[in-house]
Formats: sequence, structure tokens, C-alpha cells
Amino acid sequence: MTELTDTTGPAKAADPVAFPQDRTCPYHPPTGYGPLREGRPVSRVTLYDGREVWAVSGHSAARALLADPRLSSDRRRPEFPIPTARFAGVRDRRVALLGLDDPEHQIQRRMMIPSFTVKRAAALRPAIQKIVDDLLDAMIEQGPGAELVSAFALPVPSMVICDLLGVPYADHEFFEEQSRKLLRGPTADDSQNARKELETYLGGLIDAKAGHPEPGEGVLDDLVHKQLSEGALDRAEVVSLAVILLVAGHETTANMISLGTYTLLQHPDRLAELRADPALLPTAVEELMRMLSIADGLLRVAVDDIEIEGVTIRAGEGVMFSTSVINRDDSVYPDPDALDFGRSARHHVAFGFGIHQCLGQNLARAELEIALGSLFARLPGLRLAVPAEEIPFKPGDTIQGMLELPVTW
Amino acid sequence: MHTDIEIDKDLCIGAGQCTLAAPSVFTQDDDGYSMLLPGAEDGAGSPMLREAARACPVGAITVTES
Repeated sequence: MTELTDTTGPAKAADPVAFPQDRTCPYHPPTGYGPLREGRPVSRVTLYDGREVWAVSGHSAARALLADPRLSSDRRRPEFPIPTARFAGVRDRRVALLGLDDPEHQIQRRMMIPSFTVKRAAALRPAIQKIVDDLLDAMIEQGPGAELVSAFALPVPSMVICDLLGVPYADHEFFEEQSRKLLRGPTADDSQNARKELETYLGGLIDAKAGHPEPGEGVLDDLVHKQLSEGALDRAEVVSLAVILLVAGHETTANMISLGTYTLLQHPDRLAELRADPALLPTAVEELMRMLSIADGLLRVAVDDIEIEGVTIRAGEGVMFSTSVINRDDSVYPDPDALDFGRSARHHVAFGFGIHQCLGQNLARAELEIALGSLFARLPGLRLAVPAEEIPFKPGDTIQGMLELPVTW
Repeated sequence: MHTDIEIDKDLCIGAGQCTLAAPSVFTQDDDGYSMLLPGAEDGAGSPMLREAARACPVGAITVTES
């Protein structure tokens, strides 16, 4: 247990609340996070193992701290906070990109950025549109009525990331299932086994690519035929990168499509605005990302003492960023609980901030604009097929999203 | 008034947030790093210039006016 070493500032006020908690409404932060909103910019939470860590919930403090090199992302540090049981099994792993600090992290990030630029995402739009159109054609042919997660929300990003990385989509059931287990557990063994399964699978694929004289066009082909063959990365590093890119590349976007659709259907006035003016799509997607904050609870450990807005974070203490609460800081976003396409949601931290800000964010924006735009354009009568309160969504200890989304039109 | 824009390529992580916020000023080179579009070295009067600098997740963009 970490001692509270400095009780000046707002952290003094409230007893620590538990983190993570389940959402009551899938598009609002858990009601139990009220004290985090009241305790801005920094308060305290208790993790599942009883440890207390700092909880950052103010927007300016979050931006400053997420960009601060005195906060480490290295899960191998013994003091790195563990948010859930499943996380305990992966803490000794050297996780590519998101588990590394600079300068190690920067080397890998720089290898990846040419594949994820704004220009590259724009160039992928026709291919994404084709994937979306084909899936909607199939849904319409079989309908009316579909389970939208399996028919649309999950296959769109899975197909896109397979094309981009050079992973055969035929294996999607396997890697989607393992990705779910990696992110959901619930036990450390479940999560660890899923990681091993993904590493074995992608390791085999990487060896096959290395043995092939003519490189394919995927990002993994590039890594194998450039970084691996030139010795800039070893095989374990390429495998770890491949796992992260594949998992992060489909799970997060799938959840944004399912939860974004649900949220729009629950806000008919906003949906009507969007339908009347498709030019609103980029703003709407940005506002949905702010409001939904599906990756809620970014973790770091302090490697040096840090003064932030009246609070001292000591070296060795854990720090948790609740993106859902940060993105509802009313000093930045007035009436923050409202879905409002008239505001600029820019500067939200749904993709994180600092050196680890989401590598795939430009691709995600393109996918979300095309998927949501086309879904509502093609199906003007789209609606929930069962009462909203009967639709199951994900628990708070993983990426937020819908487990199922029965719709009709 | 003269506007000077500096991009620190040692910091840049190629997130593309400058390009997204102010596409008439910033682009990304072949390696993914932020760069100024030819002819937009002074910001080309873009009202989004400061927003673009603020959107940078690593504070790699500095705008100074003299």
C-alpha cells in the first residue's frame, strides 16, 4: 500500500473510491466516480488489490502529466499499479510501444508512424468504404434485423487491420476471441494464455513472412523485411508489436462503433442533425469519442517527485487517468454530460496524450466516420430491436462497449 | 506582425494532430513527421494555427509572434 504523503490540495476531501467500477449507463462514467469529478484535478482511488493511487480527473493536469517523462509506462517496474486481476499476469512482460518509456519507445514509435499518418488514413478510405458497403449489403439482404456487433461493428475494424497489417482475415474468429480474453480475463491465467496464443499465432505468421522471398504489402511484412532482417528489432519485439497492433487495431474501434451507434440511437435529436448534415460527421465522431471515453483508466508510475496543481506525487506512487471524467471537465466542456455536435471536442484525451497517444487514431477516425455515416445513411429506419435497458454492455474493468446490439430497420 | 513556427522533430511522434487541426499549414513528411507546407511557413493566416500547436500531444510546435 502506498502512503499518502501529501494531503494538501483537493485530495484531502474525499475517501478514495474504488476503481474501476461498472457503468450504469454505457455512455456515462460510473455514478460512483462522482468524487473524482468533485475532487478535480487530482484525487485518490483504491485499486482491486487494496492499493491507493492518485486519480487524475482535471483536463489541464491530465495533459501536463500525460506528457511528463517523470511518469513511466513500464509495467516491469515493481511499483507499477495493477488495476485488475488479469493485469497481474502480464506485468513482467516487455510490452511493445505502450509498455515502454523513451528512448526505447521512441525507436519503435518512429518505425510505425509512416503507416499511420493522416495521409495514409485518407488513402485507406476507399478500401474502408468497400468493406463497410459489403457488410451493409449482406446485412440488408439477410434482414431486417441483425446483431450489430457480430454483423458490423467487429468485422469492419478486423478486416481493415488485417488488410493493413497483412494478417489473413480467415483467422478472425481465433484472434477476435483471444483478444477478448486478453482484455477481459477475467483471471490472470485467461489473459496470459490468450497472449501466448496470439504470440504463437503471430510468431508463426512472421516466420512464414520471413521465409517468403517476395514481401507482401502489410505493415508486418515491412517489419519483417526491414527492421527484423536488418537487426533493428528482434523476433520477440516484432511479435509483441504485432500483438499490440492487431488487438488495439480492432477491439477499440469495434467498441466505438457499437457504443457510438447505441448512443446516437438514444439521442434521436442529435441523430436527426447528423442525418440532415453529413458534413457534421467528423465533429460528431470527435464528440462521441469525448463522451464515450472507452479506454477509461490509463496507468503510470512516478519515477520522480512531481508537483501538479497543488499536489505532490512522490516517486514510486501510482497514477491513474480516468479519461471519462477528464473528458467531462466542465471548465473545458460546458454542460459536459450532453452530446453536443455544436461544440469542438478537440483536445479530448480519449486517445491519451503525450508520447503514447494512440498510434492508430487517424485510422480510427476514418473508420468511425465511414462506418457510422454509412450505417445511418443506408438504414434510415435503424432502431434497437429490444428495450435499451435489456442490451448488455461491457464491465468497467475493460474497454467499454456493447456486448451485443440487436437492431432492426 | 511576423509569425514564426518551429517544429521540434526530436519530439515529434507523428500523431498528425497538427495536420488534422490546420491542414492548410501542416502536413506529414514521408517518415510521418510534422512539416510546414510550402508557402505556409508563417502560418498563412490560419485561424487554427494555435489550436494546432495546442493539439500536439508532445508540445513539439512553438508559435511565436513578433
